[in-house]
Order: sequence, then C-alpha cells, then structure tokens
Amino acid sequence: MARAIDVRGLTKTYTLRSGDTIEAVRGVDLHVDEGEILAFLGSNGAGKTTTIEILEGFRDRTGGDVTVLGQDPATAPLSWREDIGVVLQESEPSPELTVEEVMTQYASYYRAPRSIDEILELVGLADHRMQRNKVLSGGQKRRLDLALALIGDPKLVFLDEPTTGFDPSARRDAWGMIERLRELGTTVLLTTHYMDEAEQLSDRIVVISGGRIIAEGTADALADQVQLKTRVSWDPGEVPVSAVPDVLRSDLEEGDDVVRIETDDVTAIVHALSSWAADNGSALRSLGVVRPNLEDTFLRLTDTDEADDRGNQPDSSSSTGGGE
Amino acid sequence: MLAQILSAARFSLLTFRRNPAATFFTVVFPLLFLVIFGFIFGNETLDSGAKVATFQVPGILTLAIVSATFFNLAMGMVVRRESGQLKRLRATPLRPIVWIAGQVLGSFVLVAFMTVVVTLGGRVLFDVAFNVSTLGQFVLFILLGSATFCALGLAITAVIPNIDAAPAITNLVVFPLYFVSDVFLLTDDTGGFIGNVGDFFPVKPLANLLQPTYFPSEFGTLDIEMRSIVTLAIWCVIGIALASRFFRWMPQQDRR
Repeated sequence: MARAIDVRGLTKTYTLRSGDTIEAVRGVDLHVDEGEILAFLGSNGAGKTTTIEILEGFRDRTGGDVTVLGQDPATAPLSWREDIGVVLQESEPSPELTVEEVMTQYASYYRAPRSIDEILELVGLADHRMQRNKVLSGGQKRRLDLALALIGDPKLVFLDEPTTGFDPSARRDAWGMIERLRELGTTVLLTTHYMDEAEQLSDRIVVISGGRIIAEGTADALADQVQLKTRVSWDPGEVPVSAVPDVLRSDLEEGDDVVRIETDDVTAIVHALSSWAADNGSALRSLGVVRPNLEDTFLRLTDTDEADDRGNQPDSSSSTGGGE
Repeated sequence: MLAQILSAARFSLLTFRRNPAATFFTVVFPLLFLVIFGFIFGNETLDSGAKVATFQVPGILTLAIVSATFFNLAMGMVVRRESGQLKRLRATPLRPIVWIAGQVLGSFVLVAFMTVVVTLGGRVLFDVAFNVSTLGQFVLFILLGSATFCALGLAITAVIPNIDAAPAITNLVVFPLYFVSDVFLLTDDTGGFIGNVGDFFPVKPLANLLQPTYFPSEFGTLDIEMRSIVTLAIWCVIGIALASRFFRWMPQQDRR
C-alpha cells in the first residue's frame, strides 16, 4: 500500500537562549499508509507536537528524512497544501465572523473545495451557520476548526489533540466525525494523550516518549507487550493480610485501610480471601478486582521508558523532556 | 489572485465593522479630537489670516490615517497571530502575500472613508474648505502615508509579544509624536528641539503634506515641502524592509 507519510531517523534539537540544547525528537521512524488512521500517542513533552509540526511544515528538522504526500514538508510548494488539512491544538477563527463567512473565506483558498453545506453537515454545525464564532461553545469551535481543515477536500488530515478539553459527550461526537473521515477514505494522523481515544479510532497506535518511538501496534498488541497484572484490593479490617498464603504475597502493597496485590493468579487470591471471609463471617464488601485498562498500559509503557532512560543515561537530566 | 485580495479585504473590513473597540478608536476617536480641539482653538486666527481649524483638519486626518493603518493592522495582526489564525492560514495553499495585501487594501478603504468623514466634519463644524485643485497631490500623499503606516504597523508586530502588550506598545510609539507633529497643535517651525524633532518621524511630514489642501485660497497657497515627501518615502521603505524581515506568523509560544 502506498504511504501517505514516511519518516526515517527524524531528529530535532532546540537550542535555548542559555545555550543549552534540548533533544525533543531523537530518531523517530514512522509511516502512515494511505487511508489509514494512525494514533500518535504521548504525554506532554514527549516530542509529539514537535514531530507533527515538522510533518505539517511548520518547523524545520535537525536531521532525518520526511516525506508527506510525496514531498518534503520543508521544501514543498504551496500547492502541496491543497491536499492537507490541519487542525491545530490552539486556533480560534475570527470571533466576529459567522460560521458560514469563515467557511466561505477558507473555501476560497483552495482550487477544488468541497461544498460548505456538506462539510457543516459532516461536523454537525449545519444549524449554526449564521452564528458568530464568538458565541460557539468550545466543542463547536473545535468542530468548526475541523470543518476548516476539511473544506479543501484533503487526502491527509492532521488532528492535533482534537478532543482535549471536551466533555464526554462532545468527545463521542468528535469520535463520530473521525469515523466518518475513515468512510471518506481520508488518511488521518491523530495525536492524543487518551489511550481510549486511540483505541477507539485508530487502525494502529504509535507511542512516543522522550523523543523516541517506544511501542507500535494495535491496542491489544500494546497491552500484550506490557503484560499488566490484575489488581486485587480489599480492606484489611475485613480480611487480615495473614489470610493470604505466603506464596501469593509477592507483590503485596499495604496501606492504612486498603491492601493491594498485583497478580496473574486472581483465582488463588480471591479463593483465599473468600474462604477466610466465609469461615469468619465477614461480608468482604471492600473486595475489588480490576483488570488493567489501556490507560494503565500507556502509563506503564511511558514509565518503563523513562526509567530506562534514567538507568542508561545518569547525566541526562538536563537533556530530557520539554519537547513542546 | 485579485479576487482573493478583494475577498481578504472584504472579510477584514467585516471583522473591523463588527469589532466595537476597533470602530471606536478608528472612527469615533479622531472625530472626538476634531470636535474638542476645534471648539477650543479652532476659531482663533493665525498670522496668515487663516483659522487654526484649517490646520487641525489635516492634523486630525493624519491621526485618522495612522489609526486606520498602523493601529488597525498592528492590533489586528497580533490578535490573529496569538490566537493561531495566522498559523492556520499558513496551513492553507493561500499565498501569504495575497492575504497581507487584502488586509492593507482593507486599511486603505478605511482611510478613504475617514478622509471623507474628517473633511466633511471640518466643513460642517468649522467651515474649513477643500481645495479641489490639489486633489491629485492629496490622493498621492494619502496613498504614500497609508502605505508607510501600513508597513510600519506590520513591522511593529515583531516587537509585540502578546495581545495585552499591543495597545501599550503601539500607543507608546505613536502618541508622543502627535504632540510634535502638527496633529493636535501646531509646532513652532522656527527651531528648537520640539519644533524639529517631529521632522525626523513620519507623522509630521504627512500632516504637512495634507495642509495645502485645506488652506483657504484667499490667504494664498502653502508650498509642498520636498523634505516631507522624502522623509515619508524613506520611512515607507524602512517599514516595508522591517516588515518583510521580521513579520511573524506563528504565536509567541511556538517560537524557539
């Protein structure tokens, strides 16, 4: 399959006024196939925004090869932007203009724009077209932003944290819109720090941490990679720690009013606890069994990487983080 | 391309019209000054026999031009830059210079409107005439002045870090000049620091070049000073050079 984005060995080093340097991106390899939705995941300062802005042509790079829709973003002609839609993290259209006016304005920038009606319908702003932008809610403004990114009929869309600051229902709406982009065959590079969003929307997830790609694959594949244990917790007032057989206590954590064990052998632990509770007439109301979710997977992935970093480069504290 | 420039100008004017603060400072503010200064000094007679108001009208028109170009563009651009609108624009295939040209054209339209308003105001309130015979040079000087202050307005955005700082910095640069540039009061041209300092900046030359158009013909004609044209033209070149070199599209937080 043809590649919409192909990145090899991308590096970006910032030089601060003080003369110190920050390696925000340290050798990233990345590709996005045509029609694919790729989620680019990372915490703040991981190098996510720096990478995407290099791909969008907003920043120059220090090293590596970058091809986006067949062009190097650093030298691409303006016509390259005909096929690219960008939703920025922070951008607010003219508050004085109406939705329709700002759409008309942006449509005039492209050779072959889509119809305004169609795009407003797609993002769910058809009922707001005569409203001034300043009266739109935060979620509506982001939808307008997406509409502006789509008006030129792009082949590739960059969505930089499209749902940050959304309430849960607005997030679901945004997800629906991105699903519709998939139906249109648009290639999407989505950055987010929500693992559930990445899982819901993307064909593939790439995790960046400390300026490097640390994991890649489907959500399930990533979960397998970190192999998180299930967490069992209860109140030691109901069932004492001594009720758990010694052999099962390896990862036991004792707090004031809660005990936690991370384990692969949930059955054995729950069995021990419930036997003790049955024998001693305890209701065991505080029992909790929590399977690891994607958020935990993400945290574990990034934590492990940061720990590795510290282990490998004891003097690197001044050169890590702060990529955005 | 022309269609895109016209479209950019149209939306820039629409944005302006719906922004009460911008409208107030560009349209109402100069008229207020005309009325206030006009009623205080306007009817006093100068040695030449002409009324003070015949100099106040070109002075206030100069202020109106600076507002419609320098302030309007500087404030508008900083707001658009810091809110990410300019960056967003760079994500489209539109040629940046086309968009800038549209903004400048929008400012020129405001200048044309204010020229009519201030001229009519002077006529109605203080009976200040308009010498139609000077129309050619008048239009030329208005265009040169507008171009100069548009360029300087775009250039100064480079030293304005955020939206909050925009009014303070632009006013700090221009307001003191009004007092030494024949805008609010006529300076004594016979010498002295205050009399001459305005000659080095672009405000006073513009005001001086507009004066002959409002000077009553029964008291003679005012000469056009070549020095004023040259000074204004030099500032125009400086403004364009600085703006092309230092104008930034990305918000402050994005720069490293």
